[in-house]
Amino acid sequence: MKLTKNIGTLFLITALGLFAASIFFGFLASIIYRYPEFLKNSLGLIKLRPMHVSAALFWILLAATGSIYRSLDILTKKKTYPLLQKIHWGLWLLAILGIFYSYATGSFGGREYWEYPPVFAIPIGLAWLFFLITFFLKVKSIKKWPVYIWMWMTGIVYFLFIFIENYFWVLPYFRESFIKDMVIQWKAAGSIVGAYNMLVYGTAFFIMERISKKANTGFNTWAFALFFLSFFNMLFNWGHHLYLVPTNSTIHYVGYIVSMTEWVFFIKIIYNWKKQVTEAEAFYHYYPYRFILAFNCWLFFNLTLALFMSIPFINLYMHGTHFITAHAMGTTIGINTMILLAALFFFLVPKKEHHQSKFLNTGFWGIQISLLIFLLSLMTMGFIKSIWFFEEPQALFADMMERMKPFTFLFILSGMSLFLSFLGVISGLVYTLFKKHS
Amino acid sequence: MGKPILILFLLLSLAFLVFSSSIYKDDTVYEKKPVAYDAALQKEGRLIWQKNNCHVCHQLYGLGGFLGPDLTNVADKGYYYIDAFLKVGINSMPIFNLTEEESLHLFEFLKATNASGSANPKDYTILMDGMIVQK
Ligand code: HEC
Repeated sequence: MKLTKNIGTLFLITALGLFAASIFFGFLASIIYRYPEFLKNSLGLIKLRPMHVSAALFWILLAATGSIYRSLDILTKKKTYPLLQKIHWGLWLLAILGIFYSYATGSFGGREYWEYPPVFAIPIGLAWLFFLITFFLKVKSIKKWPVYIWMWMTGIVYFLFIFIENYFWVLPYFRESFIKDMVIQWKAAGSIVGAYNMLVYGTAFFIMERISKKANTGFNTWAFALFFLSFFNMLFNWGHHLYLVPTNSTIHYVGYIVSMTEWVFFIKIIYNWKKQVTEAEAFYHYYPYRFILAFNCWLFFNLTLALFMSIPFINLYMHGTHFITAHAMGTTIGINTMILLAALFFFLVPKKEHHQSKFLNTGFWGIQISLLIFLLSLMTMGFIKSIWFFEEPQALFADMMERMKPFTFLFILSGMSLFLSFLGVISGLVYTLFKKHS
Repeated sequence: MGKPILILFLLLSLAFLVFSSSIYKDDTVYEKKPVAYDAALQKEGRLIWQKNNCHVCHQLYGLGGFLGPDLTNVADKGYYYIDAFLKVGINSMPIFNLTEEESLHLFEFLKATNASGSANPKDYTILMDGMIVQK
């Protein structure tokens, strides 16, 4: 088939499959919050959550990889190093098959977000090494780097470093002190998100530059200033996960102070509001743009939430509750997934006329509305738990969970509608893709 | 424009490496409670916790899944209390068929988490600058 000839495209299609798997497992997992016996003896949350989370994570990593490969083909006007790219893809395939086989058979051993047995970190790490090498070989010919190439480079290099740090625990030395181990775990967990965000944000930047046809935006001083601010935060803001963990107070203060520099993003978004509105009027009917617009709105929502959570005394009331889930899912869906769906439409169905359909429009709005209800129900659940933390005398854990029930139900319902809306958009995309290629 | 960007990139990277290595090398013992545990066995217990995916539903210091309660200080309730949950399961929590050795290692790990401090938000005070610290 013509589609799979280009390895960038192959990455995008593999990623789309993982995305479909992720939302399916996520939907099944959500039911357990209301019906604890659901699938308990076959899959259970113990298998479903890793399946859901790993598929989501791999969707982001592979879709970003595919987008970067496709962008570099466009930028360099050449399709170079196909063999390296093929090995890169093959290593990922090996890892994914092994990991899902392990999950299905109940074999774990890793940590949160990376639950598979640690040997599978080897093919992933190697795949990443191939990515790094191919990337540098490909960008060699680009003399002046626009900001998105800097972002991709930073994301690729740091992902590899942090991914290795993420496995320090394999050495007994790092498990000697529970607190130190925990600090390194959440240091890596925090900054690895920053690293793949670099890949995704770089892609958003590239796509927007192409849509608006203003080729110099990638060299804008503001663009570089914001890049360095995100880079700085990626390296040093992770301490905000650890305010409750009794470790060295320097870690807490560095996390606190660095996180507060993110208010600059907040102000910048408000400042750019008007420009955004004129842009939206011009490009609204173009699908890739519409998802970028959705990303901008969710960025504002999630950034506001994150900024408040990074203030320690507010964090005290939100930490350990579903506010964290809302934050994690809000960013993976609202930010990463919106950008990557924009990328899929941009790279896979480039012609404008394919984008308009009632079906896709319904899916698009279904996603946005369901996501809002989904996040608000999670936040309400978080609120209920937070009150329980501080109440005197404290009710039983099970009673507190009982209080959440109506919102748990809303969480499942909106999750289902989110799942169906995404499925609609995915099938719409696949349909236009096949129509184009047949 | 290229050169200053590269220099800034390298400087930030250097700062990150210095900060990171100070964390890796830190051998301060952060413990707030006088709980005795076996240092070698708790390392094994950590792996039992991982192999059985307890974090899918439980938290340590508020980090983890939210279907079950935080277990940082559950060791206060004793070995037999924990072992009973593992053998019987409750709600969505499945039965875990751990060997006695595995259960004991897991318990040492939970004693180590307990020794490190309290994960109860009520045990924290707010400072003037907005920071929180354990009482
Ligand atoms: C699928 C979700 C799930 C998994 C996985 C899970 N648990 Fe649980 N656990 C629960 C739920 C739910 C409760 C009960 C909360 C209640 O109703 O009181 C619970 C309760 C407990 C309790 C009692 C806590 C208390 O303070 O009364 C202990 C101890 C416990 N689990 C240990 C573990 C350990 C150790 C593991 C890993 C080997 C584990 N659990 C894995 C869901 C889970």
